[in-house]
Amino acid sequence: MKLPDIIRFAYLASTGYPTRTLLMLLAMAIGAGSVVTLSTLGDGARNYVVSQFSSLGTNLLIVLPGRSETVGGPPPLLGITPRDLTVEDALSLLRSANIRYVAPIALGAAPVSRGRLEREVTILGSTPHLYHIRQMSMAGGRFLPEGDPSRAASVCVLGYKIKEELFGNDSALGEAVRIGDRRFQVIGVLAQKGQSVGLDMGDIVVIPVASAQALFNSASLFRIMIEAVDRDVLPRAKETILKIIRERHDGEDDVTVITQDAVLATFDRIFNALTLTVTGIGAISIAVAGILIMNVMLIAVSQRRTEVGLLKAIGAPSRQIITLFLAESAFLSIIGATLGLLLSVAGTGIIERIFPDFPLDIPLWSLWAAVGISLATGLAFGVLPAMRAARLDPVLSLSRR
Amino acid sequence: MISLRRISRVFTVGDEQVHALRQVDLEIETGDYVTIMGPSGSGKSTLLNMIGLLDRADSGKYLLEGEDMTVLNDRQQAALRRHKIGFIFQFFHLVPRMTATENIELPMVLAGMAASERKKRVGEAIEAFGLANRARHRPEELSGGQRQRVAIARATIMQPHILLADEPTGNLDRVSGSEVIDILENLNRQKITLIMVTHDPELGQRARRQIKMVDGRIESDC
Repeated sequence: MKLPDIIRFAYLASTGYPTRTLLMLLAMAIGAGSVVTLSTLGDGARNYVVSQFSSLGTNLLIVLPGRSETVGGPPPLLGITPRDLTVEDALSLLRSANIRYVAPIALGAAPVSRGRLEREVTILGSTPHLYHIRQMSMAGGRFLPEGDPSRAASVCVLGYKIKEELFGNDSALGEAVRIGDRRFQVIGVLAQKGQSVGLDMGDIVVIPVASAQALFNSASLFRIMIEAVDRDVLPRAKETILKIIRERHDGEDDVTVITQDAVLATFDRIFNALTLTVTGIGAISIAVAGILIMNVMLIAVSQRRTEVGLLKAIGAPSRQIITLFLAESAFLSIIGATLGLLLSVAGTGIIERIFPDFPLDIPLWSLWAAVGISLATGLAFGVLPAMRAARLDPVLSLSRR
Repeated sequence: MISLRRISRVFTVGDEQVHALRQVDLEIETGDYVTIMGPSGSGKSTLLNMIGLLDRADSGKYLLEGEDMTVLNDRQQAALRRHKIGFIFQFFHLVPRMTATENIELPMVLAGMAASERKKRVGEAIEAFGLANRARHRPEELSGGQRQRVAIARATIMQPHILLADEPTGNLDRVSGSEVIDILENLNRQKITLIMVTHDPELGQRARRQIKMVDGRIESDC
């Protein structure tokens, strides 16, 4: 029997029983559609998080005080607290040719006031390099001035939210605010950029790092943010940083350097697992559809007993009967899966309309996966009905009407 | 040439053993016209199915054109049914979702014949059986006589040597019945072996050779 004839036979058999066919197509479409839609949502969530992290700057390295690896053994109880990171540590890193920007960061909270308005705000002490590293932009004025980082200049840059709260619609440039017990002159206001990984850039005040250290009365840094010249030199830059700090800290490896890539890779892994999980849930619904296909095909076989008997009488061997019934379930699975893909495209479109910020691209692999799983399920669950059809006794099936 | 030697067939119904055929010996010459008669349950249909390779004997030997049929597997038997044997049933057994043309074409489709050859043969058959204006109709839109003519066209489209008819007029009125018999006898004149099971003694007497079966045995053969 020729392939086009087999397909035509399957088509005629499918259209011959429209209610049954419609039900099977519906089940398969829902299964395949949910696979694609769920994997698209998972993938979208991943892309969303990754893009959020990428806005932080791509060639980023972060130096944290202390070692984060677990080495086993009892925890250090006495005397082995990690050595602090200092501004000098940070500046010494600029020696490396692989490093373009270094921003030491001192972080704390202090009351910021103007007149009778006062609020506790996150204070970020840093250097002009931070501007480039965090890809900031200004709504007005300028960022911290270049110059000796150890000089505690009394200038500050306000986030747009704190600026609005303290000054309303008035211009803040040149005005004075009180941070803690010191007066600072406002030299710039940050543009509205939104969240940057947990830290609301609208709700901070940036001051020179030396001023922050004076304010918090501490010589240590929260961390050092570094931008390498190129993505390719990230591993080498990391080595250099570790080497320089080790030299400065009497040969002790007491800092941790994390790269943006490492953070991204972790999130990537987490969200890939998430996507696979929800896709798996969708695949279960395809399996349910497969069981429905088996049920309906079993009914079809008993409904078409005489037809099977006749096919045998006019010369179809058992294998051909199996082929015909398998082709029918495969045919229905593929059509159902195709309908499901259309369904998921429509569904994705609707979700995109409701959440325009959420990046939704249907991943190509999910299309293949949906069609492949549907077809495999259709065939697997079609085997039993097909075998039953092939085993029918032609004499018995033809003797009844 | 059909040759059955000591063929037996036993069905188990519940606890009982029903002997449908008891040690039947039968030889039928090529091109012969044979009717098989007898009361219900006398084994005439089983005999027909045995000859048509739809049923297997429990014991005995069946030679078709000198070849031993009892040793063939499912595939080989199917191939013989396809090429050498045509079946006609009381209830026509047309596939309800297919048109007359498609029903006639079905054996050639199963055989994997080229579409052009199929079209040619179906066209000739439809013409020959007077179905030209019914070609695109489904079985439910056809009269009984027309349905049986479609079934005969389907049974003969592979040019078989043997035509097996199980009560071909049992479900037809008198006029269409005699029409169908005319067609079958005409085919027999073209050297097809015709074997027909019937209840109707009048029909039975038209054949050159009449076999009467009782209780799984051939009672008379003349």
